[in-house]
Amino acid sequence: MSRVTDAPGLWSLAGRVLGRELTLAGRHWDQVAQPLLFYVIVVTLFPLAISPDLARLREIAPGVVWVAAMLSCLLALESLFRPDVEDGTMEQWVLSEQPLAWMLLMKTVAHWLVSGLPLVILSPLLGTGLGVPVSAWPVLMASLALGTAALSMLGAIGAALTVGVRRGNVLLALLVLPLEVPVLIFGARAVSLGMTGEAVAGPLNLLAAILVLAISLGPMAMAAAIRIGVES
Amino acid sequence: MSFSLPPGELLQLTGENGAGKTSLLRVVCGLLPAESGDILWRGVSIREGRDAYHRDLMYLAHLNALKLDLTADENLKAGVGLRRDTTRAEREGVLSDLGVARCADLPARVLSAGQRRRVAFARVLLSRAPLWILDEPTTNLDAGGVALIERLIREHLAAGGSVLTAAHHGLLAGHPSARQLALAA
Repeated sequence: MSRVTDAPGLWSLAGRVLGRELTLAGRHWDQVAQPLLFYVIVVTLFPLAISPDLARLREIAPGVVWVAAMLSCLLALESLFRPDVEDGTMEQWVLSEQPLAWMLLMKTVAHWLVSGLPLVILSPLLGTGLGVPVSAWPVLMASLALGTAALSMLGAIGAALTVGVRRGNVLLALLVLPLEVPVLIFGARAVSLGMTGEAVAGPLNLLAAILVLAISLGPMAMAAAIRIGVES
Repeated sequence: MSFSLPPGELLQLTGENGAGKTSLLRVVCGLLPAESGDILWRGVSIREGRDAYHRDLMYLAHLNALKLDLTADENLKAGVGLRRDTTRAEREGVLSDLGVARCADLPARVLSAGQRRRVAFARVLLSRAPLWILDEPTTNLDAGGVALIERLIREHLAAGGSVLTAAHHGLLAGHPSARQLALAA
């Protein structure tokens, strides 16, 4: 029997994986919206619990927005690879001739598009409630865009490593949080500098560097972890 | 243990539950590392020629690898899409060969276990892989479904394909190119 050689190229494969993931996300949007809802609830609770005084809220705004974003990202991670491993899809991915690392990267990109990007888009609205001035919106959004993407990549490595562990949520958090703390520090720092009108290039560049590092090395780590995960 | 699988032949692993049929299939697929020994495909160790081997291989596991929120057609499109392009007409043709043409636009969630198995088998057919590794392909299928799978396997063998399978009851009993290998627990 002749060999099948008309396998899709890298970009066409990327389109297929993204398309499938986004269709799936659209079919169970209630689950997809949960981390976003969590983010909105946490950020809006702070003014109620602390004080409606904008001057006081402004001091804690960068920290609140960033901690909520980070926890929301962590909440969304659990469902990144686990369903695919449990229903056998990941086995089929491992057994296809396609590069697993590339497919997992695309899956993580899709995950960021549905869990990270909405958070970036909503952030000016929520930031305003905490007294973030309009002049700091670009910094807020840029730091969250770079930061949530880095959080998704770092988190995906953790999700791939814990995919074989039953109820691995706690382990996942323990594994991922230390890696994510630098993102939190630089992200919140960028926002607080932006709110006082100072130069923000430093922390933003560092966030971008973390993101580039995570994108270039993360997928290989994920692929290795997933190959071990489907063995069990 | 040593066995070979020439083109056009079916090798069926038999044995009690827990005898290691699924584990052996997973080792042959390359999902599990072999503790010792080697597996060759077209004369090349599958550890060295992994991509070429996986291009020729289609594995149907216990799990159907279907996304319950996607329709049967979308599942096939995404599943086979990793290997090659398929047209809607092609996918519908295979689904109707398997007797599940009506399910094409239904989410896999509402299909019965037997219908899901048939859709998963449609992925094997669409892949056009010469080597099929089938783990209990007839699970949840009715008598008509079993006969259908046997006919499709016979056609695959006649076209020069090979099949390695694990099944409780004899598939293709009496077929000249079907062999059985019993695993002791």
